[in-house]
Amino acid sequence: MAEYIIKNGFVFDPVQGIKGDKSDVAIKDGKIVKDSEISKSAKVIDAAGKTVMAGAVEIHAHIAGPKVNLGRIYRPEDKLFTCTATKGMERTGSGNSIPSTFKTGYEYAKMGYTTAMEAAMPPLFSRHVHEEIRDTPIIDEGAFPVFGNNWFVMEYLKNNEVENTAAYIAWLLRATKGYAVKVVNPGGTEAWGWGLNCLSIHDPVPYFDITPAEIVKGLIEANEYLGLPHSMHIHPNNLGNPGCYQTTLDTLNLADGFKAKNKFGREQVMHITHMQFHSYGGENWGNFESKATEIMNYVNSHKNLTMDTGNVTLDETTTMTADGPFEHHLTGLNHLKWANCDVELETAAGVVPYIYSPDIKVCAIQWSIGLELALLAKDPMRCFITTDHPNAGPFTRYPRVFKWLMSQKARDERLNTFKNADKVIGASTLSSLDREITLYELAQMTRAGPAKSLGLVSMCGGLKPGMDADVAVYDFNPDKPLANPEMIETAFSRAAYVFKSGVQVVTHGDIVSTGNKRTLWVDAKVKDNPQVMRDIREKFLKYYSVTQANYEALGHHFIPNPYALEVDATQV
Amino acid sequence: MAKITLNLISGRTISQGVAMEGGKEKDLYRKACGIIEMDDADFKKLGCWKNTNVRVTSPYGTVIVKAQETSQGPHPGVGFIPMGPWANQLVNPNTYSTGMPTFKGTPVEVEVAMDQPILLGVELVQKACRGEV
Amino acid sequence: MTKTVTDVVCPFCGTLCDDLEVSVTDDGKQILDVYNACAIGAEKFLHSQAKDRITRPRLQQPDGTWKEISYEEAADYTAKMLAGAKKPLMYGWSSTNCEAQSMGHEIAEMCCACVDNTAAVCHGTTLIAVQDIGLPTCTLGEVKNRADTIIFWGCNPCHAHPRHMSRYSIFPRGFFTGKGHKSRKLVVVDPRVTDTAKMADMHLQVTQGQDYELLNAFRVAFRNEWLPDVVAGIPKEKIIEAANIMKAGRFGIIFFGMGVTQSLGKNHNIDEAIAVTKDLNEYTKFSIMPMRGHYNVTGSGEVLAWQFGYPYSVDLTRGFPRYNPGDTSSIDLLTRGEIDAAFVIGSDPGAHFPISAVKQIAKVNSVCIDPHITPTSGVSKLHVPVAFVGVETGGNAYRMDNVPIDCRKVVDPPAGMLTDEEFLTMVRDRVKKLKGVA
Repeated sequence: MAEYIIKNGFVFDPVQGIKGDKSDVAIKDGKIVKDSEISKSAKVIDAAGKTVMAGAVEIHAHIAGPKVNLGRIYRPEDKLFTCTATKGMERTGSGNSIPSTFKTGYEYAKMGYTTAMEAAMPPLFSRHVHEEIRDTPIIDEGAFPVFGNNWFVMEYLKNNEVENTAAYIAWLLRATKGYAVKVVNPGGTEAWGWGLNCLSIHDPVPYFDITPAEIVKGLIEANEYLGLPHSMHIHPNNLGNPGCYQTTLDTLNLADGFKAKNKFGREQVMHITHMQFHSYGGENWGNFESKATEIMNYVNSHKNLTMDTGNVTLDETTTMTADGPFEHHLTGLNHLKWANCDVELETAAGVVPYIYSPDIKVCAIQWSIGLELALLAKDPMRCFITTDHPNAGPFTRYPRVFKWLMSQKARDERLNTFKNADKVIGASTLSSLDREITLYELAQMTRAGPAKSLGLVSMCGGLKPGMDADVAVYDFNPDKPLANPEMIETAFSRAAYVFKSGVQVVTHGDIVSTGNKRTLWVDAKVKDNPQVMRDIREKFLKYYSVTQANYEALGHHFIPNPYALEVDATQV
Repeated sequence: MAKITLNLISGRTISQGVAMEGGKEKDLYRKACGIIEMDDADFKKLGCWKNTNVRVTSPYGTVIVKAQETSQGPHPGVGFIPMGPWANQLVNPNTYSTGMPTFKGTPVEVEVAMDQPILLGVELVQKACRGEV
Repeated sequence: MTKTVTDVVCPFCGTLCDDLEVSVTDDGKQILDVYNACAIGAEKFLHSQAKDRITRPRLQQPDGTWKEISYEEAADYTAKMLAGAKKPLMYGWSSTNCEAQSMGHEIAEMCCACVDNTAAVCHGTTLIAVQDIGLPTCTLGEVKNRADTIIFWGCNPCHAHPRHMSRYSIFPRGFFTGKGHKSRKLVVVDPRVTDTAKMADMHLQVTQGQDYELLNAFRVAFRNEWLPDVVAGIPKEKIIEAANIMKAGRFGIIFFGMGVTQSLGKNHNIDEAIAVTKDLNEYTKFSIMPMRGHYNVTGSGEVLAWQFGYPYSVDLTRGFPRYNPGDTSSIDLLTRGEIDAAFVIGSDPGAHFPISAVKQIAKVNSVCIDPHITPTSGVSKLHVPVAFVGVETGGNAYRMDNVPIDCRKVVDPPAGMLTDEEFLTMVRDRVKKLKGVA
């Protein structure tokens, strides 16, 4: 493989604690190496006057699988004026909030992202998820199977059978080539099978006679029993409703007393995703307000939690979630087309288009809350920037979110020109926050932080010798005074150079290689568990609509280039 | 001879499916799909025996098929030809800008054509494309 | 001695049964018997063994006779035809696996072709309706485990999806449906007294072509508003009775078929059926599902959507995807005479398109990839026989509820025969050279 030396850039690397020093990054055999280890023939990349960071890590986005594709299928209007023609090695692309797989890979890479996690994989559809991942070029990807409404999990946890739950998780991760334990509206989505919901952590799940709180605690315990790379990753109950922050605090509180146990350097036991949607106060849409301060006070003082923001970007987008009842509720609010798919024994999903209009007070307050959360975070290594793509906005808007976070001027301009500016300003503390996220903090919130939370800190998210050579170089000079905040958005939209595992994939914003994309999954070994194996056989015989032998995602046509993180829980 | 007017629909039958997989060039496919299923009342109007060859004509084409008593009736006034090349000589190809031809609900006339042969599936399409039927 | 291959996936209809067992000879070359399949599925496996099967590509001569050629020559012919055409149509895709579809799309992109699947003459109007109004649906296992109210509207699973009722919708005993068919109410809406209708608790013999009116009447009945005495041939009392059955269940589903998608009104019929489903979710839990025909038409829509953004009728002539049924759809492209080359795979438009559209295929240069002799192969210039997907090669397919199931290889294809994917790869490589793509 080619050797490279990226010279004279301003390097920001939280893994090594480098805060913008001018230095060189050397690449050999796909890894970051010490400068002394490369030969004279190494290709020189001049990064003088530019910002150098590790490739960014997306911790939560909906980019592959059945509900994403349902969004593509049922929203031809999302393609209007967004198609890109075949160009060199770039396949044609389409879509804005739900881009085609090719476009998804290219857009992430062009922004300097090299790893991304698909946030909700219905296990029965894992083959579909992996086919789309296969067709998403360049970036490494993993997918989180959903567990929070799974019949096995509810039956085991009702009887406090953590070891059986763990054995089932290990089996399912292997069958679906999944990466982590995802929980969406625990219990509520099963209730949705009957058109019902669980809006608090103590609402019992119909028939299964277990509460969301018990599901969450049990899954944290099973996750730590296995010592998985990532923690339990949760979308709490009661998403998106005025006053939901109380349910969120109740959920966060469930992690109390648990400590992370793993060999990957992860410290949290619970990752709460798209916190913006869970930080609402008020009793109705009229007195709807931010509770970001309450939420962040809690998160800041509890080291066993990480979170991502879910920033609203004020775009027309497509919401999609395994929170089936929420999407039904949403279509009742905005009267836009509603798609839903309930999945046997496992989960459900809903899709509804949404227009976050700056002229609508609630949308503007949602926008404020997302920024407030990030600006109130005391530890940027535990608070990550996402748009919950495409739910709060397309991932392609990250550079704009960075601009709002890094420039008070930019966000005040936006805040003060909302149609209902007075009401919006009054509903959150955003106007009083003068913090501007630094480039180092940005690297924490988009690189080192998510990588650590995912248990990938030895692989990516940093520029330490030995790590994968995922590097992004931006046309952004931190030494020069920022003349215009737009420069932030421009620079982070199209990286000057991007390397993925040592292969140069982007040059001046153009794709120059489709790289060596990998599918990340977690291979957890547990003690033989005949009871769980028998339960699995029985469920397939009686209740699934496919046979057990036709369930696993297996083979080159699904996962051409797998990378397994191994976990051994046989000695627990 | 008498002529009757029917509303033509087409669709799948199990023998159509089996014959299709068995080979569309074969006689079994003709037996399964080169037919029109009609109601008893319509046979009386047409004044012919069951299992007589008939000519079916629509504004879009014409074809010879065997008239059979429907097994999924009664449905007076409705004719049923299993989906396949025989039905497709007759259907309305207009999609009215939906992309979908109007496969169901074609007005057709049925008349007895006792001596005329029913063509095999592949043969029928080949001849139609050459303008020979 | 024989061996038995289990968990075999049936490559016929959208029900995509995956519990077949096939006994084969020890050398894995011959199928002896097929278990658990319906009559059609069994015939598909058994016919693949036919002694008179075509095993090499053949070119049609001017006098209508056929000349055998090699796969290399066939790939050359196909690549030249597609690369040289101004507006080629690449149609079918519904009876092949997703890997072949993917390879075909790469060719289509290079050749700026129109790509369309059999939804064009099947559930295309359903897709238009879904784009209008959405789709509350579920997997078939949900129906098995929860459903107590089943509506078959304009579809006849007894004939078209023979094992649907025993596997998923009527007879199985699921988690919350321990009494099987005794715990379910079956309503059938069809202008004929179909074999499915004969099994129903209630049959509404709708006047052909008036499905929209009847669906609309249901929405009125749910709201207890005024109805005329008879709508679409159905007396008011019966409509109200059926509406109450739907509202009273705990989990219901509407399965619908060609009766609604192909009758006048088309996508508007489906709009209304989905609106009925949406309405019912105010009272209980209700889903709706199209009864997809070919075993992998759903997969073609999925692959097209994730690669190009649209589920069918994709026009790549400008180098990027466009979609406008009625304009970019196969029937319209053909009947307007816009196509100058036709490539057909995994489908038989010769049998299933209106004859005026078929005549256009016969008129232009054409290649038909199909294991069988079909009306399409009969009017094509080149016929390329291939291995049967799901019998002689595996590959992924999507069931009517979008659940992906990986098909199995049961026996070897006859010596020297290629699969769809292998042949398309040869064509792709040749097109790349012709187009000068690296």
